[in-house]
Amino acid sequence: MASHYFDHIDRSGSVSSPPSAIDNILDRGFRGIAWLSAGFILALVVYIVIEIGGKALPAFATYGFSFLTSNTWNVQTGQFGILPEIWGTLYSSLLALILGGGFGVAIAIFLTQDFLQGHLAAAFRTIIELLAAIPSVVYGLWGIYVLIPLLRPVANWLHDEFGFIPFFSTPMSGPGLGPAALVLAIMILPTVASISVDALHQVPYKVKEAAYGMGTTRWEAILKVMLPTAGSGILAALVLGFGRALGETMALAMLIGNSNQISLSLFSPANTLAALLASSFPEAGPVEVRALMYAALVLLAITLIVNAIGLAVMKFATRKFEAER
Amino acid sequence: MNDPHLTTTAELIALNDLEALRRLPNLDRTPFEARTLKSGILTALTWIAALLASVPLLSVIYMLVVEGGSRLDWEALTALPPSAFEQGGGFGNAIIGTLVMVGLATLISVPIGLFAAVYLAILDPDSRLAHSVRFLSKTLTGFPSILAGVFIYAALVVSMKTYSALAGGVALAVLMLPTVVLAAEQAMMMVPKKMKDAAFGMGCTRAQVIWKVVLPTGAPGILTGVMLAIAGAAGNSAPLLFTALFSSYYLTSLTEPTASLAILIFNFSGMPYENQIELAWAASLVLVMVILLFNILARIIGRRKY
Repeated sequence: MASHYFDHIDRSGSVSSPPSAIDNILDRGFRGIAWLSAGFILALVVYIVIEIGGKALPAFATYGFSFLTSNTWNVQTGQFGILPEIWGTLYSSLLALILGGGFGVAIAIFLTQDFLQGHLAAAFRTIIELLAAIPSVVYGLWGIYVLIPLLRPVANWLHDEFGFIPFFSTPMSGPGLGPAALVLAIMILPTVASISVDALHQVPYKVKEAAYGMGTTRWEAILKVMLPTAGSGILAALVLGFGRALGETMALAMLIGNSNQISLSLFSPANTLAALLASSFPEAGPVEVRALMYAALVLLAITLIVNAIGLAVMKFATRKFEAER
Repeated sequence: MNDPHLTTTAELIALNDLEALRRLPNLDRTPFEARTLKSGILTALTWIAALLASVPLLSVIYMLVVEGGSRLDWEALTALPPSAFEQGGGFGNAIIGTLVMVGLATLISVPIGLFAAVYLAILDPDSRLAHSVRFLSKTLTGFPSILAGVFIYAALVVSMKTYSALAGGVALAVLMLPTVVLAAEQAMMMVPKKMKDAAFGMGCTRAQVIWKVVLPTGAPGILTGVMLAIAGAAGNSAPLLFTALFSSYYLTSLTEPTASLAILIFNFSGMPYENQIELAWAASLVLVMVILLFNILARIIGRRKY
């Protein structure tokens, strides 16, 4: 017996002891629960996809792919199509990405490239992070009563003077794509900024030192050395920010005007998939619910693909630096 | 004497060694040289961008304090929501509803999230299950919150045949789960390996090491994650739209439609009545104060070093 081997050791003065039978049972139980919990997350995601997919199946059988390419949403005649919503989702998110992404990366540079001293940078980072803490509905409320009244005169002046440009081709009466995209940009800015900050922090310090040692100006170092080196991480930030914008719901439902039309104009009302779900689902009858489930499946597919791409780019970026170290 | 490595530019000038001076690259930069100017302009633009980016937050907070603060009194905090032309009223039931549903979501998501994180961080970090769960959790953080509502509608509301606080709580739990898992995993991985090894050396089982060493040591990080998840859930309204719906009365059971602050703000913001809009601002102020409180708590706890 192997246990005889330790018999001569005097355990009276020691706190250590081999686990008792009860300890071993508890250990097994504990590990079993942990395994089940991890498995639960896997099962949950599968269940979400099956549940939404399964509920979307009848509508898919009825409308097929023409659902994606037609642009009427009429409960009376039972005609459903989500082309305007797909357009609105992608267009508003793209506008938000251009604006929020640009500002987000600028702020990441501001926070990491010695613009501010330590504690000031930390304080500013907190301000940007708190931007993400404000709930979507509060941004919606702010958009309705602050942003839209502020934008309307500017928008209508732009329409009067530059109406021939497609982006300004309609006057702004109230809710519309412009204010919605602006609020969306504010909401994705912290996501883009914080992932970009991490990407810039990952660049080895000696790379920056080497650039300055060559006599570069601050911006030559940033544009020619820091940004290219952190490039894939920043790309991941932009893709994940875009994914966040695609699924954002409440602020858009309040600001975009819920109108079924396709227009390039920044001031015309539009609609997005998430806003369509938010505004139609609570009062929908069984036929409309089936169509909405199909729309939900489309949204799920778009966001899962965009997020998976973002995560893959991020993994690639992290691995690159791990290999260099 | 001609070796530029041994002599500074100033010394060369003093020695009037012109030939050596000519061999040195010109390291002096004048303020109006093209490249200096470009750098200066970009720096100024970055400052402007940074200042512009803080305008929305300040504007939102200003509006909340001015518009919401003027209406925030005891009646607003305790009374029931007013009907269309009614004056006064408040959102007491919505505060209770939000607390109950967020509490429910915390009770569901924290235990599952913690155990899953234990598996990911300590028990089997490199297994195929761990890799896929980690990937799915990250994907779920970008999961549109409205889809959590659609999912719970299909899975719970249809079979229970009623909107309920329970369904709302479960929908919020789905959204909290990935945040809790990823934060807890991160916190547990930060626990020094030698502490775990010491415990194993004392004859601890894995469960004992986790329960008595890893969890207490990682507690600040885990709590930070939980606080941030709660703050996120409290402000989330999209998943409650068609799981909890709304109610104009106080909560009496978990299986009936339930009011929440976020949905109240959404409903009231579009109404053409001054009274309701004022209440929407006041409710926003309460909601943001609660969320900021949790954010600040998370920061304070997270800052404590172990």
